[in-house]
Amino acid sequence: MSGARAFVEALSQEGVETLFGVTGGAVLPICDELWGSDLRFVMARHEQGAAHMADGFARVSGRVGVCLATSGPGATNLVTGIATANIDSSPVVAFTGQVPLSVLGTDAFQEVDIIGITASATKYNIQVRRPGEIPHAVRSAFHIASTGRQGAVLVDLPKDTQIDSEDMEFPEDVSFRGYEVRLEPNPRELDWAATLLSKARRPVIMAGGGVVASNASPELIRLAEMLVAPVATSLMGKGAIPGDHPLFAGLCGMHGTGEANLLVSDADVLLVLGARMSDRTTARLEDFSPAAKVIHVDIDRSEIDKNVETVTRVIGDARLALKGILERLSMMSLDRSTNGEWLKKMERFREEYTPPELSGNPHLRAPAVMKALRRALPRDALVTTEVGQNQMWAALYFDAYAPRTFLSSGGLGTMGWGFPAAIGAKAARPDLPVVDIAGDGSFGMTENNLATCVEEDLPVVVVVLNNRVLGMVAQWQRLFYDRRYMAVELGESPDFVKLAEAYGAVGVRPETLEEFERVVGKAVSDNMTTVIDVMIDPEENVFPMVPPGKGLRDILVEA
Amino acid sequence: MAKMSTIAILVENRPGVLFNVANMFRRRSYNIESISVGPVENTELARMTVSVEADSRELNQIVEQLDKMVDVIKVKRLDPMRSIMREMLLVKLDTGDPMAREETLRHVNARHGLILHIDPECIVAEVTGEPEEIDEFIELTRPIGIEELSRTGITALEKGRLKL
Ligand SMILES: Cc1ncc(C[n+]2csc(CCOP(=O)(O)OP(=O)(O)O)c2C)c(N)n1
Repeated sequence: MSGARAFVEALSQEGVETLFGVTGGAVLPICDELWGSDLRFVMARHEQGAAHMADGFARVSGRVGVCLATSGPGATNLVTGIATANIDSSPVVAFTGQVPLSVLGTDAFQEVDIIGITASATKYNIQVRRPGEIPHAVRSAFHIASTGRQGAVLVDLPKDTQIDSEDMEFPEDVSFRGYEVRLEPNPRELDWAATLLSKARRPVIMAGGGVVASNASPELIRLAEMLVAPVATSLMGKGAIPGDHPLFAGLCGMHGTGEANLLVSDADVLLVLGARMSDRTTARLEDFSPAAKVIHVDIDRSEIDKNVETVTRVIGDARLALKGILERLSMMSLDRSTNGEWLKKMERFREEYTPPELSGNPHLRAPAVMKALRRALPRDALVTTEVGQNQMWAALYFDAYAPRTFLSSGGLGTMGWGFPAAIGAKAARPDLPVVDIAGDGSFGMTENNLATCVEEDLPVVVVVLNNRVLGMVAQWQRLFYDRRYMAVELGESPDFVKLAEAYGAVGVRPETLEEFERVVGKAVSDNMTTVIDVMIDPEENVFPMVPPGKGLRDILVEA
Repeated sequence: MAKMSTIAILVENRPGVLFNVANMFRRRSYNIESISVGPVENTELARMTVSVEADSRELNQIVEQLDKMVDVIKVKRLDPMRSIMREMLLVKLDTGDPMAREETLRHVNARHGLILHIDPECIVAEVTGEPEEIDEFIELTRPIGIEELSRTGITALEKGRLKL
């Protein structure tokens, strides 16, 4: 059997139905095998888009997302997408064509060292050296990408390994001596965690992407209710607890809500669940939750004590850890005398730190647009964001009601991610409406994938919060650089309505909130690719904000 | 406080593994002081000995980051009290002058080194020892005139029955 044939067979055995990619010379043998196969090939218009589509697909479905690119520039174009997926622990497998082994290392046409280039942006990567290695390489890639702390894996396929034939063996299981996944937490660690939590008077739970990845939302909610503990989330944890749950405190961090940031700062016990505790979440580390005993639950041991020092740790799957903690707590007596006071504090913080609502301006206001969007969409709609102010407005003012319904590029903050990720999400769940909350700058980076939406019948809605600037950077220049605007003004081009129409999509520019809601409703019910151009004030800031270098308590709610 | 530490790493003996290990140090800005690698017991595995300057928290991160790499099988920081750490030096000394030659032989013998090659101009010698002993040997022979030298970096084993 040829390597290319084995490749397609191996993908089928993994249950792959859809792959996202752009073709080229070094993957021609594979494409020839895909011709006439049952696999769906979604043609992106740029490989970065293909990788983000695979990422969006993975985040929504919890299954591995697959992308394919040719060698050289095809492979390098994937890199941003691979790095974005990997840092957000999204299971993506990328396949790249490579020049034939016979010329590898000679700087042949379209040769790049993609193994070297992606070494620190993947969980693992493999270059195939013989056709017969392909089934094992594919199985290994899926296994490593989808187990433990999930991530991106790249498999590089020299063209002659695709063409040549060898006897093939398709392994059911693969194992690596150096790769052991420990899901089951140590009972002693669970005992300590439960004991600490049972004594907490001001407990706070900080939920990250690990709660979503391990499908632990029901357990998270039970624990929060049992302890009467407010839940703050990182950007990756948004949706882990419904946005309208009374114990939900909101996002914690640089653009966290007042109540989340202050509750975390005042906590006596902080339970961190599957979160990396990056600088955007902790703000100034020295001021982070100074009184708290920190319990950190993570499947990746290297995250423990990396940024925030912990008192105790639980290594393992977040869902299993939560189950173990719940079991133990249910046999302990909990002191509830201080619960009421703690919750009252949450209310007070919320009232004090809600930014004033702006009105009396011809522009639509971003927070109001987010709330209107929420009203116009069903509870289970899928939402992605771009990066910048749009992302933070979405995180702060658009409630997510379920895990895997709010997707954002957290770790890398990749502009241009949201739109192709939305397309991937639509491919995973064609039955649900998918909306990309975009900034005009970010959308410009990958807007050419409108062609993919239209041609592949993957309709998504793009809400462009159009401020004609690279808004987040402009906000920093306004607040911290004395309004010296440099390289942020985008001007009037393009006209997003015409742009949409040029691609055969629908373009609309609503003037009022009511009209906006109506337009969203129509786009969803018509299931048509629609770009909604929402003109907002170029001077509008996202608040709350913790200025760079400051601690979580230093919250600005207005300029 | 940063101090020199030695880590032993058992890895898959595959192309690219050395690169990946070294790359981890580079990417997280840890400075490798020395690294030595060779196949062990069977040829499927290789053992690396890395010495690195780091404080205890950094050292923890280094071990955890290495440990989670797919091709890394085991990682251990070596306790200097319970380990034997050795390094080999090859040195070429300018011994055109008979006095210099005499002195070279004396130092090499004192360190139980080997004379590997002699010609009218220079001597190539081999000395092994703890890294500090090698440093010391180099200092002692510097006045003679070192033409060239090459050090292997530390290689280490734990004492007694302790194993990686
Ligand atoms: C690929 C990439 N390039 C640059 C940046 C730096 N950056 C962060 S936010 C931002 C502005 C985003 O502008 P826009 O998409 O219009 O969104 P807005 O902030 O106006 O909502 C920039 C340039 C980035 N995050 N990603």
